[in-house]
Amino acid sequence: MLFAKDAPRENIVVRGARVLDSLEGVDATLDIRVDDGIIAALGTDLETNAHHVIEAGGLLVAPAFVDPHVHLRTPGREDEETVASGTAAAAAGGYCAILAMPNTDPVVDSAATLGSLVEAAHADAQIPVGFLASITKGQAGAELTEMGELADAGAAGFTDDGVPVASAGLMRRALQYSAVTGRRLALHCEEPTLSRGGQMHEGDVSAELGFTGYPSVAESLMVERDLSLAAYERQPLHLLHLSAWESVQALRRARAEGVAATAEVTPHHLCLTDEAVRSLDPNRKMNPPLRSASDRTALIEALKDGTITAIATDHAPHARHEKEEPFEAAPFGVTGLETAFAALYTQLVEPGLVPLATVLERMSAGPARAYGLEEPRIRVGAPANLVLLDLKASYRIAEETFRSRSVNSWLLGETVKGKVRATIAAGRLVYAA
Amino acid sequence: MAEIRVMREDLRPPAPPPKRHFISIKDVTRDDVERLLATARTFERSLEREVKKLPTLKGRLVINVFYESSTRTSSSFELAAKRLSADTMSIKSTGSSVDKGESLKDTAITLGAYDPDVIVLRHPQIGAPHLVARVTDAHVVNAGDGKHQHPTQALLDLYTMREALGRLEGLHVAIVGDVLHSRVARSLIQALALMGAQVTLIGPPALLPRGIETMGCDATTDIGAVAAADVVYVLRMQRERMQEGANYVPSLREYTARWGITPERLRPGQKVMHPGPMNRGVEIDPLVADHADALIETQVRAGLVTRMAVLYDLLTSGPVEVKTEAVLEVA
Repeated sequence: MLFAKDAPRENIVVRGARVLDSLEGVDATLDIRVDDGIIAALGTDLETNAHHVIEAGGLLVAPAFVDPHVHLRTPGREDEETVASGTAAAAAGGYCAILAMPNTDPVVDSAATLGSLVEAAHADAQIPVGFLASITKGQAGAELTEMGELADAGAAGFTDDGVPVASAGLMRRALQYSAVTGRRLALHCEEPTLSRGGQMHEGDVSAELGFTGYPSVAESLMVERDLSLAAYERQPLHLLHLSAWESVQALRRARAEGVAATAEVTPHHLCLTDEAVRSLDPNRKMNPPLRSASDRTALIEALKDGTITAIATDHAPHARHEKEEPFEAAPFGVTGLETAFAALYTQLVEPGLVPLATVLERMSAGPARAYGLEEPRIRVGAPANLVLLDLKASYRIAEETFRSRSVNSWLLGETVKGKVRATIAAGRLVYAA
Repeated sequence: MAEIRVMREDLRPPAPPPKRHFISIKDVTRDDVERLLATARTFERSLEREVKKLPTLKGRLVINVFYESSTRTSSSFELAAKRLSADTMSIKSTGSSVDKGESLKDTAITLGAYDPDVIVLRHPQIGAPHLVARVTDAHVVNAGDGKHQHPTQALLDLYTMREALGRLEGLHVAIVGDVLHSRVARSLIQALALMGAQVTLIGPPALLPRGIETMGCDATTDIGAVAAADVVYVLRMQRERMQEGANYVPSLREYTARWGITPERLRPGQKVMHPGPMNRGVEIDPLVADHADALIETQVRAGLVTRMAVLYDLLTSGPVEVKTEAVLEVA
């Protein structure tokens, strides 16, 4: 389900870092030896065997990140992102795998389109990338795609991300059929008649600024519908980019009742509230919108207690000229691959809101599990998927540093802490700074 | 090119202040409003003279850029600039490069190349004046951006209320109608709160935005609440918005029956205002609109003098700019 450019596996020793993998129960200063892309030894004073040595004293090594929600804009908007630029950005962000969304032009709704992406990944992907296909043809919400054939062609899952599956009847059919494909359905929950025209969260700030509101209930109503259908059909599902307290409550209830639902949350929803929209900066415009402080608190709690198990960037590149418009005319979405860890470390870990180990797990094993991908782990015999982090580095986010083709980051100009120094993905050193 | 020879730290000119704009009522303090109203008063007296033109802004350039239709706002800004002897230009979206798909940013940069002192902008989208302020060096005056703000309208309304009732502090104003879509209401609520007046919003539930009370006002659907107000401020029902099947109200007829301002719903002496253009027979009964207690025509006259005050204030007061080209020599 994951595809990348073929390249020789490497022999590396990462020396002297603090190694932290909470799922493996590891938190110690260790050397890691990688033989032919596989973790061969963990210990102190390991023989280097003429391997490439990375001196990592003072750094933290953790399982590399998995981003389950990236827009690679290919095919159709290669000016905004390509498989090559998007995976390079991901490597710089500490990721060893990403999943790309199918709302491209054309939509990834046929084995032929999917095949061309797989080919592009074999040619250009710096790190392993998986592709989701759409649930409905053209994401038009009317007819199911040939999900069996798409799964056989390598689809990592199915989603109409960007738009909801508005018809409950069609949603039910998709859930039923997902039992045949064995691939996860990932749902963008938005009741379109409630969100129509909405530019930002409906609340005090939208009332004052005059924006048409996009109320929380537009999301949570659809979350409740889809969880009810999943319970009825006894099928798993994955909820994309949750933003509202009510959605978290619904998910918590459903999980307690045994529904196999997973969910993700973005760094921007964890770090910002609708107050940030007062600047009218188009890089604060996303769908779902930034919500209130109590929504943000609920998302942080859900991340900590495991109701939400995945952090997803929803990396959504946009051409510069499209974001250089009045807020109301600008498209939804911000980039995130290259800033996710620093944003979360600065705004959640440093202030003591979420433990570092939780953030690391939710950026790595959590999202992998949601889609049935192999979890990055630091143990002997596992493929080397490692991120080297400098937690002391403080720096300013600037346009020039991005490897993404787009610069619509909500963090432009901000000073953050926590820098990715190197990324090893599937046994290859894909990034070093 | 002038040469700069600089000297002791304490003799350096201060850094030029940030460019002042008038985009939102949030950009001004109570003192600013008092100063603007006083300036407007002075201009009102000057307009009573036979020769109405003042030389104050001679040589300055004011560009009016209107992306939406407007009678009152565009004509009063243009006349305000002319009465102060500024050069003016008016750009409308139809018949300009906007028709050819030019972005607001490029239009603003193009106009910015003429070094205007002020750009007055009306635009259907929230955030448009902020964009223009970012890409040009002009002072930007917001003449209405989408449903967000229309600060000079609020200023002229304050002026009208104070002239008619002698005070703003403690005044009770009922704002009636479609608050949801009204930039006039948003600016006015903030401006009245700033000046210590009390505001009650009255309208159909779907046209009172959720959370609007946090701006410092009350909100009710009960039209009976107009009785307590000194001023009844009637908002325009935007027919085009009501007819798109949005069901904000079941029908305009029902709106008029429940929330229309009729003589029966008013006390004698209650003042009535409306930002125009009016839908007679919809939100306001013609008998109310034409009654002596209506201040609607006064509002239009106030529009001219308050806009003169805004242009004058932006271009003349505040810290004096120091030209960095000047030769600075120190003993």
